[in-house]
Amino acid sequence: MTTTLKVDRILECEGLACPLPVVKTKKAIEELNTGEVLEIKATDKGSVADLQSWAKRTGHQYIGFKEETGIFRHFIRKADPTETKEDVKFQYTASLDEINNKLASGEKLNILDVREPAEYAFGRIPGAISIPAGELEARYNELDRDKEFHVICRTGSRSDMVCRTLADKGFSRLKNVIPGMTEWAGDVEKDV
Amino acid sequence: MTTNTVTKLSAKEVAQLVLEGKELFIIDVRNETDFADWKIEGRSVEIINIPYFDLIDGVDPALDQIPDGKPVLVVCAKEGSSIFVAEKIAEAGRSNVSYLEGGMKSWSEYLEPVKVADLTAGGELYQFVRIGKGCLSYVVLSEGEATIIDTSRMIDQYEVFLQSKGVKLVHTIDTHLHADHISGGRALAEKYGSTYHLPEKDAGEVTFYYEKLEEGKDITVGGERIIVHPIYSPGHTIGSTSFIIDNRYLLSGDILFIESIGRPDLAGLAEDWVGDLRETLYSRYKNLSEDLIVLPAHFGKITELGEKGLVSGRLGDLYKQNPGLNITDEGEFRKTVTENLPPQPNAYQEIRQTNMGKINPNEEEQREMEIGPNRCAVHDN
Repeated sequence: MTTTLKVDRILECEGLACPLPVVKTKKAIEELNTGEVLEIKATDKGSVADLQSWAKRTGHQYIGFKEETGIFRHFIRKADPTETKEDVKFQYTASLDEINNKLASGEKLNILDVREPAEYAFGRIPGAISIPAGELEARYNELDRDKEFHVICRTGSRSDMVCRTLADKGFSRLKNVIPGMTEWAGDVEKDV
Repeated sequence: MTTNTVTKLSAKEVAQLVLEGKELFIIDVRNETDFADWKIEGRSVEIINIPYFDLIDGVDPALDQIPDGKPVLVVCAKEGSSIFVAEKIAEAGRSNVSYLEGGMKSWSEYLEPVKVADLTAGGELYQFVRIGKGCLSYVVLSEGEATIIDTSRMIDQYEVFLQSKGVKLVHTIDTHLHADHISGGRALAEKYGSTYHLPEKDAGEVTFYYEKLEEGKDITVGGERIIVHPIYSPGHTIGSTSFIIDNRYLLSGDILFIESIGRPDLAGLAEDWVGDLRETLYSRYKNLSEDLIVLPAHFGKITELGEKGLVSGRLGDLYKQNPGLNITDEGEFRKTVTENLPPQPNAYQEIRQTNMGKINPNEEEQREMEIGPNRCAVHDN
């Protein structure tokens, strides 16, 4: 079963041997905008360890890989240098412990996950809804202004921006979940 | 100005450089995890690791580290990345740049035949050194007949050798059911109508016909000329069997190595087999002649390779120098062989299943399963 994950670009590296998948990935990532996601399709088994190691060394976010009938589908998000900065501006925040405790006690939370679809697919808090930060302007009407939302991303930066945007749109019960999915140790739900 | 070209070196050529102790500077461009797992080693080998993906934009980080005037060998998993890097290094003006043909994959598979000796009863004994993985196998030749002990998976390399010697394969023998590499013994025996021997106690689950190895049931090569005399020596596995050949050589399998001893845990029964291992090493072997030359099925460290690559040692000397033979306290011995052991060999469960005939992976899968060092000794850390 091939699942389609919305990405910004797909790089076909089937049949290519080392070093080409990494060389082409590097070039493709350079051409993407920060925060965009690249899918790499490769058949070389060595691509798994090499792309993971390359992403780690270059600071790009290796989201995950999926093996489908001999094809390795890798998802890498171009690193955002501002994301690692601790400049969370939105005043209402919630910690991961709070979220975990509330969920554990059976409380129903509206968790809004604003990461890219591929990141969401590779692991999210169970029940979280997905609206990538980039689609917010077009889709915020899907959300009920009067409800409470816990907004989460990977490190707290995209969710901070989303909280501020939604507040401008008249949402009044918002919390930015910090630091974000990087530190989440609770249950996850995934599509892959 | 002339352009520097890149030379291709085969695993055989590199093995010979390593065994001859020629100075060799290697840049291994695989990722750090693979490099940490295993790499080319040798007394006069200097090796550094810079993953190829750090060199895509330029090879300056590598150039800085290459000693002036030294030949450089670039190595990767299969060869593609090493060609890529080697060409860039040559373009940057370095001469004497080469890459390893077929990469670590072919390094892992190369067997170097090293002559052990002429046998007194007539014939020859060879040790096949699988330098990339640390496996040792043995070929006994006499009067137009051959017997192979602990055959590696790459049977074509033995076939070429046997053809060059003009001999007929009569027996293949495994000292035990291997967990670190796939045996070529059965495949080779089937191809040449020879007899495949295996210890019965290790063969409980095998799916094919084999001849049972038994102490007292000698195997002969070259008519009756060379006697291969089995000795039951359990401990690494419950069936492990050693052989005395020509009254002079002790093929110790994975029980006794030159600088270490076998580990009892690869078939999952460490606690049960500790006693057997101790009995074999501290009593059965002890009663054998001290002048026997021990020829093991593995080496763990490159320092175990002697002249021309031969791995061997006099039994009496091993009793003096091998740490595994000098643990007087039984409790301490038990601890040594059951605790803090090195990681188990890659895919060792699947390898055992393959050697039992229970699974039949294809060649590429078999190759993949064997990647990495053998790790059959207790002191390989």
